[in-house]
Amino acid sequence: MSSTSLASSSIESEWVLPSRGRVGMFCLIAAESAIFTIFVVAYIYYIGKSLAGPMPKDVLELPIFATICLLSSSLTIHFAVGALRNGKSGIFGIWWFVTIALGAIFLVETGREWYHLIFEKGLTINTNLFGTTYFSLVGLHAFHVTVGLIGLAIGMVLALLGKVRQEHSERADVFSLYWHFVDVVWIVVFTVVYIIGR
Amino acid sequence: MSSESIALNPGDESTRPIGDRLHDWVTTVDHKKLGIMYILYALVFLVIGGIEASIMRIQLIVPHNHFVSPQVFNQMFTMHGTTMIFFVAMPIMFGFGNYLVPLMIGARDMAFPRLNAWSFWLAAFGGLLLYFSFIGGDGLYGAGSAPDVGWFAYAPLTARVFSVGHSTDFWTLGLLVSGIGSIGTAANIVATILCLRCPGMTLGKMPLLAWMNLVMAALVLLAISPLTAAQIMLSLDRYLGAHFFDTQAGGSAVIWMHFFWIFGHPEVYVLVIPAFAFASEIIPVFSRKPIFGYPVMVAATVTIGFVSFTVWAHHMFTVGMNSYANSFFTISTMIVGVPTGIKIFNWIGTMWGGKIQLKTPMLFCIGFLFQFLIAGLTGIMLAVAPFDWQLGNSYFVVAHFHYVIVGAILFALFGAFYYWFPKMSGRMYNETLGKWHFWLFLIGFHLTFDFMHIPGLLGMPRRIYTYEPGRGWDTWNLIITIGVLFQAAGILVFVGNLLWSRLRGPACTTDPWDAWTLEWSTSSPPPEYNFATIPVVRSRRPLWDIKHPEDPDWKYE
Amino acid sequence: MRRRVHNRALVQGIGSKVSGIGGLIAGFLLAASLCFGGPANPSPPNMFRPASTPADAIFHISIFVLIISGVIFAVVFWLLVYVLVKFRRSAGDDGREPPQVYGSNQVELAWTVLPILVVFVLFLATARVIHSIEDARKPPEAVEVIAIGHQFWWEFRYPSLGVVTANELHVPVSDPAHPTPTFIRLLSADTDHSFWVPRLAGKTDLIPNRTNNTWIDPHEVGIYVGQCAQYCGTQHAKMLLRVYVEPPDQFKRWVQEESKPAQVSDAFSEGRRIFESMACINCHAISGTVADGRFGPDLTHLMSRETIASGAASNTPENLRLWIHDPDAIKPGSLMPAMKLTDQDLDALTAYLETLR
Repeated sequence: MSSTSLASSSIESEWVLPSRGRVGMFCLIAAESAIFTIFVVAYIYYIGKSLAGPMPKDVLELPIFATICLLSSSLTIHFAVGALRNGKSGIFGIWWFVTIALGAIFLVETGREWYHLIFEKGLTINTNLFGTTYFSLVGLHAFHVTVGLIGLAIGMVLALLGKVRQEHSERADVFSLYWHFVDVVWIVVFTVVYIIGR
Repeated sequence: MSSESIALNPGDESTRPIGDRLHDWVTTVDHKKLGIMYILYALVFLVIGGIEASIMRIQLIVPHNHFVSPQVFNQMFTMHGTTMIFFVAMPIMFGFGNYLVPLMIGARDMAFPRLNAWSFWLAAFGGLLLYFSFIGGDGLYGAGSAPDVGWFAYAPLTARVFSVGHSTDFWTLGLLVSGIGSIGTAANIVATILCLRCPGMTLGKMPLLAWMNLVMAALVLLAISPLTAAQIMLSLDRYLGAHFFDTQAGGSAVIWMHFFWIFGHPEVYVLVIPAFAFASEIIPVFSRKPIFGYPVMVAATVTIGFVSFTVWAHHMFTVGMNSYANSFFTISTMIVGVPTGIKIFNWIGTMWGGKIQLKTPMLFCIGFLFQFLIAGLTGIMLAVAPFDWQLGNSYFVVAHFHYVIVGAILFALFGAFYYWFPKMSGRMYNETLGKWHFWLFLIGFHLTFDFMHIPGLLGMPRRIYTYEPGRGWDTWNLIITIGVLFQAAGILVFVGNLLWSRLRGPACTTDPWDAWTLEWSTSSPPPEYNFATIPVVRSRRPLWDIKHPEDPDWKYE
Repeated sequence: MRRRVHNRALVQGIGSKVSGIGGLIAGFLLAASLCFGGPANPSPPNMFRPASTPADAIFHISIFVLIISGVIFAVVFWLLVYVLVKFRRSAGDDGREPPQVYGSNQVELAWTVLPILVVFVLFLATARVIHSIEDARKPPEAVEVIAIGHQFWWEFRYPSLGVVTANELHVPVSDPAHPTPTFIRLLSADTDHSFWVPRLAGKTDLIPNRTNNTWIDPHEVGIYVGQCAQYCGTQHAKMLLRVYVEPPDQFKRWVQEESKPAQVSDAFSEGRRIFESMACINCHAISGTVADGRFGPDLTHLMSRETIASGAASNTPENLRLWIHDPDAIKPGSLMPAMKLTDQDLDALTAYLETLR
């Protein structure tokens, strides 16, 4: 086989293909984007169509603080990965932890908002079309944040055990793609639910 | 190069204890074993789906028949459609893709072998979950157990109030689970093709099968997810009282249709594009010429991938969309027919000036060509929205899509079976039995599906457990049912041939067909590591270059 | 006016074991009736014998598409046959490979451009028909009907004429010089259905929480059959449709009769008493009485219809009695409950219903 290709050695030495982790993660992001798109389309389609019950402008308040936390966590994870690429495992651990904290704050804020909506405003998933589309879209996003936090937590444990080193920076980078995706989805959800939909 | 690879003779396996061998298969992450498991799984469900179809055809052989009750019949068409699409066609395409793609691109395995195994078992579990419904569920008005809402499960028939019990949930959850498995496999295929090609194999030098699996996998990633989303919404409706499709609360039944068909239309391309791939590998070898117009074949396939997302509402021409929407979907559907149809010309161009050998794989591919032509033309007819206002939801549509799925896809699949069976098993199949299979199945296929167009043209809707005499449908239904016998006979011959050849067929060489792609450079069956050394290629047909060093392909590409 | 048409629908479980020969004979008879079916018999639902303007338009574009498809098929089919015959490997082949041709830009361009042109022409022709059917204006003389789909029957209301009936739609024939089409608003009370009478128009769905519209402009008197064309549950198969296209005076008489309340007669008061004291009135309405249920068909003029159970059985006293006693014998899975009555009560009730002309 190799005898036929005269330029084989030069072909082999220059043969660089994308990393499979990165491509795999992009595939996952593509599929997840499609799922979110459908939920967003449902949300937009049903704006103004609820027959009764609390309407968005009656009960929704802009979750500014939660949004700032979540979007900053993209920045902090970016710093973490950068630090790890430079071999600074300690700095990596700190930024990674801050990311977790910011993500956790976001979830707590979402929980508080939901408590307020359900117990004080009487809006649940089965109240009306707004309730259905709101809780499912925001809930789907919160589910993805949770999964991300679990992944981050596993990374934290490994970092504390000293097992995360410079050679793992590519993997951390691939994971951070997921986290950035979660943030971009939040920007879309925020715009659709709290700005357009109100 | 065959001397460099250490072949495992078919005989070696039988000396190991059976428990060990089973454990091997159950825990494997090898793409070849997983591919074979996908294929065998699909074959079992093909037979089950065929039995479901036969039950329906017996019920419809005469008007006002009483072979099965309406409740059972409605379960039959639901389970038949769901089974054939999700547990036959998709697994079998994933199976062939899994087996062939790494071999054809000169890789040792898929990009994520453990994900591969996880995806397979998840997809398999989905099928078992669906079939558990026969024991575990309750249907419309508590009528029976398996889902009976049709394979596209239109709302609000799937709401709790109309679908009492859990039969619909088995449909939803079984597909949800196997859908996640499909997404895993699709990501694996994309990553494998983009990241694991052997040196020298640029994207423009990949076999067409690899290109087509790439497009298919990309479609799966983007198309299965809408179905997953819709099924989550349906489950929220049924169990948490959500109102996505609850028309009493202002919800929309039509939005389910939009979500379903945004999945459903690309899905049919997911099924047919691998069939194109098989034809594009088999026809050149048995015509002794390279594929005609490789770049255009690639461009056409990628175009189909994109355009397939713009046509979905041609399944909804009758729901009362306005004339602009109906016109848009008419033109988009006709447009997607162009890159699809010109492929037929490329395949004819491949055969033109060649030396055609009518072995079994080629016979099936020729059947594929004729039948895909007809299927495409009836598709163009259905694209004309006003014609669809008569033909939609009638037996004409049923005939059209079976023409594609059985006449084109299944025929190409049979071709692929015979073509690659020697590679996968190390034994040659029986050519006479193969030809018997072809002719029996061809006759049965045409008896059933040619004549099925006629009741549709004469006003017979689909999904009816019986029909009125005196509407002109009786004779045709009789002929359609008779065709089933021939198809069943063909399948029996096929299964018999596979079994007999696997157990007692003559051993075959690495390259029984004198073909040109990399899988024919390693032993039959390939060793677990595929290639002793990773090949380096310079053209689209590396083995042609080796066999014809005085006239290699890379001089012309 | 009521006509007894021999409806070959089944009553009891008669497993018809029509032999293949019988089927063929039926086929021939059908072919004959396709040519000679007169107004007394419902004509088979053959879209290639259109009897109404929208069906005409669809028929013409369909023939156009069929011709184009036929030409394409003929060309490619013979090309394939030619290739298979001409380039088959001969018995005395020398085993050398044929010339390896990789492609041809000109040829590929040609066979891409030509289909695009065909598509363009086809699309223009199609768009015209779509527009002419969907965007048709309703003339002031049009008859207005509201069709409401139920599991598994059709409700027809004529709001401006004060008529409510079920399963059998009566419309006036439309004179092309002075058209009186029927415009039908399509609604659903439960799940998706589809209104399809092939000789009169293409199908349009009835979808809950959505209003659709269709229209027919029949120009031949006769009875046209169709059925529900969107799977709606267990008895989707027997949600049959009949459209009676009548001369204008006959239609007027029908409207007059249908808009009257039910006739009162002392002779069948026992049956009426049973009807009004049982659950019947929860689902059925008989105008002029206390019965005003809307879940099931309006029975005020039950005897003016030729079939019951949405076409599943002909409207005879035996069938009516059986339907009340054991609906599953006629239409298993329909939503009519089996009324548990004594034979005596059943007879009285049937006799009463028989008076509702």
